[in-house]
Amino acid sequence: MSRSATATLTALGVGAAGELTTALARTLPVRGELAELLPWGGLRRGSTVSVRGSTSLLLALLAAATAEGCWAAVVGLPRCGALAAAELGVAVHRLALVPRPGRGQSEVEKTVAALLDGFDLVAVATSVTRATSRKLIARARHRKAVLLPFAVPWPGADVELTATPGPWTGLNAGHGVLSTRTVTVRATGRGAAARPRQARVPLPGAGDAPTRRPTLIPLPAPAPASARSPAEAV
Amino acid sequence: MRLRPAQGQCPELAVFEYDEVRDARLFEPVAAAVEELAPGIEVVRPGLVVVAAQGPVRYYKSAEQAAERLVDHVAVRAGVEAQVGFADGLFAATLAAHRGLIVPPGGAAEFLAPLGIHELDQPAEHREDRTELVDLLRRLGLRTLGAFASIPERDVATRFGRAAVPAHRLAAGLEERPRSRRRPPPELSVTRHLDPPIDRVDAAAFAAKSLAERLHTGLADRGLACTRLGIRATTENGEELHRVWRCADPLTPQGIADRVRWQLDGWLTRVRLTSGIHQLRLDPEEVVDATALQLGLWPGAGQDQGEAAERAARAMVHVQGLLGPDAVLTPVLGGGRGPVERVRLVPWGDERTPAADPDQPWPGQLPAPSPATVFAEPEPVALLDESGADVVVTGYAELVVQPHRIVHAGRARQVVAWSGPWPVDERWWDEETAMRGARLQVLGTAPDGEELAFLLIRAGGKWAVEGVYD
Repeated sequence: MSRSATATLTALGVGAAGELTTALARTLPVRGELAELLPWGGLRRGSTVSVRGSTSLLLALLAAATAEGCWAAVVGLPRCGALAAAELGVAVHRLALVPRPGRGQSEVEKTVAALLDGFDLVAVATSVTRATSRKLIARARHRKAVLLPFAVPWPGADVELTATPGPWTGLNAGHGVLSTRTVTVRATGRGAAARPRQARVPLPGAGDAPTRRPTLIPLPAPAPASARSPAEAV
Repeated sequence: MRLRPAQGQCPELAVFEYDEVRDARLFEPVAAAVEELAPGIEVVRPGLVVVAAQGPVRYYKSAEQAAERLVDHVAVRAGVEAQVGFADGLFAATLAAHRGLIVPPGGAAEFLAPLGIHELDQPAEHREDRTELVDLLRRLGLRTLGAFASIPERDVATRFGRAAVPAHRLAAGLEERPRSRRRPPPELSVTRHLDPPIDRVDAAAFAAKSLAERLHTGLADRGLACTRLGIRATTENGEELHRVWRCADPLTPQGIADRVRWQLDGWLTRVRLTSGIHQLRLDPEEVVDATALQLGLWPGAGQDQGEAAERAARAMVHVQGLLGPDAVLTPVLGGGRGPVERVRLVPWGDERTPAADPDQPWPGQLPAPSPATVFAEPEPVALLDESGADVVVTGYAELVVQPHRIVHAGRARQVVAWSGPWPVDERWWDEETAMRGARLQVLGTAPDGEELAFLLIRAGGKWAVEGVYD
């Protein structure tokens, strides 16, 4: 770009070069271990990546992109834990939840299509017919959004991520708190993703949330009920 | 004028807080008096009423005569002094009324040109964005409406944004929006029968709110918003009351409810009704396309600026139009102990305030990580000891026996680890909302080796699942 053209753009109030590149970025960022699983090193705009097996994995996929200014919508998941999302690094003020996307297929399709128009990432946990899923994949490709079907069969997805949670650490018999676990994620797909890949992802990861650990006081070994003072049980 | 200088000039001055309900109530007799002379009035806000001038001017032979009659009649009926002005368009007419002028047809632009740019920001309208715009224009050296109006509209839109375009149209003596309004189909009107009939203001406010929601939902489904609202009430004895409110901005549900409440308040306290109101009907008399104006409806709804936020906001409003205003929720994190109470789900467009202050200390707050799946209504679960009996938590928040099995959603798992209980003893001072219980993290293994971590809460002697760490 010539010098004068740059000057004109600045005069017109067009933002700095950084803004332009993020607006046009072809791939949305995801954190390290997950990037290795995806053939594009991130979530490519216009692609469909189906997720199964772990809500935390879905939220972790949304995290880096929303933190960088993208907007994400989660459809049909009324029990989505926003606090866990925040702890995994999702910027929750750029997260929209549509817990009940309508009754019929056509309403669900309209809702998801409307969200694909405006959001960068749209996760859908409502099962749809084969025809609807195809239409929505096309819509995502056209609108340069990332469609993330979650825990529902979705024929035609570019990549399918299946999580198998491993054992938790940190919790013992009567003391400790849940700390983290390693989730094995297997990626299969079509085209560039045809070669299956596998990665072990700690969820929550080490660098996710500033975890506040309380001081742990070991509980006394349980004694027979009769020895207790008659305080009111809860 | 500031309060102190005002008191300096007039020591007997009594100062009241701004109260729209009171203003609307006191203004009702004035509106009623004007209506007696000129049918088809529209209330813009308490204190300002517009009338199509053609009828009265023709009837009283001249604009001067009509103005005189109106001032006299309002003084006799309501006991207050009124100011009347004539001009093309609401904005010019309002400024003409402030000055008691009659601007001939077609002379609005000429009348407005020498006036100060500050006239765009009418204090009674309470428009923050206008105040900012006027300030900016003044600093740019555009000190009169004429100077602002002489800039081409396209340049205004590119330099000052879309919000400045209506202001520019006003300054040029045009209507705020181009005349593309359509007549709404009658089925968009909403009617409510009130049984028992209402004769009190608080009951009226309640009726207004639910009716406003219905009207707004109906309009939003068609992608419309209302700019002129007709309120029609019928009393038990068959008296018909009707009043039209006109607004510069498309009405939000709250805006509709406010106007209905003000109007009912005015009728109930000022007009001598012989019986209570038993039917209420809202007619959207004029509608505009909601999508073009949607983003301006809720300034400050998202902290984010920029194109991505704008696109997302438009999509959310679109979905709200399809499914209703409560369909799109955005989470706000606040204070609290459990994962459910720390999140407030706010419908898009509402104010994003947390339910409780997150900066307060919350003893007993669960440490991170939080469950990725939460149950707003905890689901019952069985936590059993080795003998198959319920695991009890004592008043000292201790487990009496070791948990052995957890049965959730028809599936039994062996408990391999647990932690807690975290005692919960909330709002013990309030009988209604008091909550006493304990939370427990439990790790269960199914026979096939699948491991699942639960967050359980025990209250009222029963275990329930509050979250699943999946």
